[in-house]
Amino acid sequence: MKHIISVLVENESGVLSRVSGLFSARGFNIESLTVAPVGDKQTSRITLVTEGDGPIIEQILKQLNKLIPVIQVVNLSEGPHVGRELMLIKVSTDRPQQDKSVRNEIMHIVSIFRAQVVDATPTSLIIEVTGDNDKLHACLAMLEPFGVAEVVRTGQVALARGNRK
Amino acid sequence: MQLTGAEIVVKCLQEQGVSTVFGYPGGAALYIYDEIHKAGKSLTHILSRHEQGALHAADGYARATGRPGVALVTSGPGATNAVTGLATAYMDSIPMVCISAQVPVPLIGNDAFQEVDTVGITRSCTKHNFLVRDVRDLARVLREAFYIATSGRPGPVLVDIPKDVSNTKTEYTPAAGEVSIRSYRPTAKGNQRQVRRAVEMLQAARRPLLYTGGGVILSNGWEELRRLTYALNLPITHTLMGLGAFPAKDRQFLGMLGMHGTYEANMAVSHCDLLVAVGARFDDRVTGKISAFAPHAKIIHIDVDPTSISKNVRVDLPIVGDVRLVLEQINAVIQEEKLDQQPPDRQAWWQEIEQWRKKRGLRFTQGSDVIESQYVIQSLCTLTDGQAIVATDVGQHQMWAAQFYGFQEARNWLTSGGLGTMGYGLPAAMGAQVAFPERQVVVITGDGSIQMNIQELGTCLHYRLPVKIVILNNGFLGMVRQWQELFYESRYAQTDIAVAPDFVKLAESYGALGLRTDRPDEVIPLLRQGLAHPGTVLMDFRVRRESNVYPMVPAGGALQDMLLGELL
Ligand SMILES: Cc1cc2nc3c(=O)[nH]c(=O)nc-3n(C[C@H](O)[C@H](O)[C@H](O)COP(=O)(O)OP(=O)(O)OC[C@H]3O[C@@H](n4cnc5c(N)ncnc54)[C@H](O)[C@@H]3O)c2cc1C
Ligand SMILES: Cc1ncc(C[n+]2csc(CCOP(=O)(O)OP(=O)(O)O)c2C)c(N)n1
Repeated sequence: MKHIISVLVENESGVLSRVSGLFSARGFNIESLTVAPVGDKQTSRITLVTEGDGPIIEQILKQLNKLIPVIQVVNLSEGPHVGRELMLIKVSTDRPQQDKSVRNEIMHIVSIFRAQVVDATPTSLIIEVTGDNDKLHACLAMLEPFGVAEVVRTGQVALARGNRK
Repeated sequence: MQLTGAEIVVKCLQEQGVSTVFGYPGGAALYIYDEIHKAGKSLTHILSRHEQGALHAADGYARATGRPGVALVTSGPGATNAVTGLATAYMDSIPMVCISAQVPVPLIGNDAFQEVDTVGITRSCTKHNFLVRDVRDLARVLREAFYIATSGRPGPVLVDIPKDVSNTKTEYTPAAGEVSIRSYRPTAKGNQRQVRRAVEMLQAARRPLLYTGGGVILSNGWEELRRLTYALNLPITHTLMGLGAFPAKDRQFLGMLGMHGTYEANMAVSHCDLLVAVGARFDDRVTGKISAFAPHAKIIHIDVDPTSISKNVRVDLPIVGDVRLVLEQINAVIQEEKLDQQPPDRQAWWQEIEQWRKKRGLRFTQGSDVIESQYVIQSLCTLTDGQAIVATDVGQHQMWAAQFYGFQEARNWLTSGGLGTMGYGLPAAMGAQVAFPERQVVVITGDGSIQMNIQELGTCLHYRLPVKIVILNNGFLGMVRQWQELFYESRYAQTDIAVAPDFVKLAESYGALGLRTDRPDEVIPLLRQGLAHPGTVLMDFRVRRESNVYPMVPAGGALQDMLLGELL
């Protein structure tokens, strides 16, 4: 099962490599990892998505807690939470047979997924879509037939719902 | 008060009560060395002959005294030479602070002369490490380094100090109060409900067993452990790292468990109904095949590090806390409820244990022709009354030392268990001898291992350290040869090291006393002579070339399927 783990750390140099080094050294996998300073800039929030059975996740949480600059570790997947990810998709539109109707069809898909076109050139479009994992997959699948040139994703960020920290 | 970084280093060491530093100088460390020179007698510096030696010496000092060991090395090759010493200490949770010099801040990242990414290289073999880019952080970082190294689960901490930082002035304020780090708060006392639960489980058990390890030594908890063991008349076994916590001569002691553990200890683990793990981490050399480890037992685990708990073996009752404090809590409950006055009837369990003990799995026979390694160690134990500080290297001699030197006290046993570092013994013994100039410090080593840090004989002579070196010389990398004999059809690939220096002459060339024998009847007289000599001594015992350590649990096998060897 996938777990979304939220890690609050001191915002000091080297802290990210301590976290990622822990995962590689102990053979835990990281599916995605995002990091940015939060609040007063003294701390950063790392959100990482990992996979493993109960004992492995337990070790991951304990090992993260053991790192000196780690202030708090929460397994968000243990309770209700909201997760979001942002994806940019570049669709190429420079094939000869492509006419206006293709662009229209793409725009239609964009609106179904409440995505946006954030850049357009004669030969390509860049589409921005935000949502949970399923939505991003679905959107990408719909756009694939039009010729997806490049995709980037941020990896998930997430927050627990309600008062849970 | 305005001080340079180098002056602050010396001040902070003195604040921490450090009297001895082990190290080796170089360009980037010159300002710090200059201040150490100026500090004179108030801060002793021991110059090793290789940085690895300095690190192991600081480690041996820490194991023997319980105080953090301090090492100082220069940038680049100085730091890389320190890595094995850090990893050795890290695996065995030894409190140590290593200061490494670094190239000046503006040059960092430029492939400058003698630059390596020391914090990058040492990140995974230290408890924590710091690069100090601003002299204003230096005093705080050094204080945090000592605090982190010595609290919770101890471990080595490295502080990397660029040359320009050591030569920049800043305001220095003496330490005030305890260090506090918001993201690091180790647990000290155990949860009282769980402590009570542990006592109930101990009372209910028919076949309880204490399995204790390095955590008892690290927490200075052996007095409390002994109290508990005697109060409830419990059988007790130690890991390699736990030796000395309980007196080896005592009837309740079953010896070491694990791969080369005693028959009775491994059988007791396999048959107990309650296993109480105290400051031990269920290492694979201890458990063997996990699914067959303590198959009938409920498990209580006392450990300060939550990552140790339920890592390899599922635990029924975890107690996170410092061993000494938790044992104190347990003993208090036992006293309060007067449980020591009506211990449950465990006659049957003790009888079973005595039956296993009768097998005498550590038996050997000393004939009149060839010296047996076990005999040398047994004689050494007798001659020193089990009271010497014993350092070892890694191999067969190490296991025989663990089996045949009956330790009566804690902190007398310096061995690299987790990393298994050949070359550890001699420098570790030096560290202990520096701490205790008057005590008998002995290195038990092999002809392979001793050559891995033999240069430290120079340090012994330089500082007149009367370390006694016992080489069990079998002309082989014996432990590896044993595996080749047992599991690779005796194909001795690259383990014959019979081509060796003349160790007696080698010792003499350093100015030490060298002695040698290959005769069993000379073992005791030669040991006597060596131990009585006031200076550094190297004793070369030519022992049986092909002899195996038994009992032995083949890697990954079940504890109760030990190989017992030719005699049994
Ligand atoms: C050739 C060779 C053969 C070996 N064979 C054997 C063998 O047969 N049997 C054997 O036992 N070992 C053997 N070893 C050693 C083995 O590899 C391990 O090093 C050893 O078993 C670990 O001992 P330990 O469990 O006591 O843990 P340690 O490494 O000593 O760890 C200490 C534990 O205590 C905890 N702790 C530390 N401080 C505190 C505190 N203040 N309060 C509470 N808890 C604390 C730590 O978190 C940790 O979990 C062998 C090694 C070599 C090189
Ligand atoms: C630095 C290092 N390299 C290799 C090993 C692997 N190793 C473990 S025991 C051993 C043989 C040790 O031989 P010796 O010191 O002569 O001791 P003996 O086993 O003969 O008593 C070796 C090579 C090790 N533990 N450490």
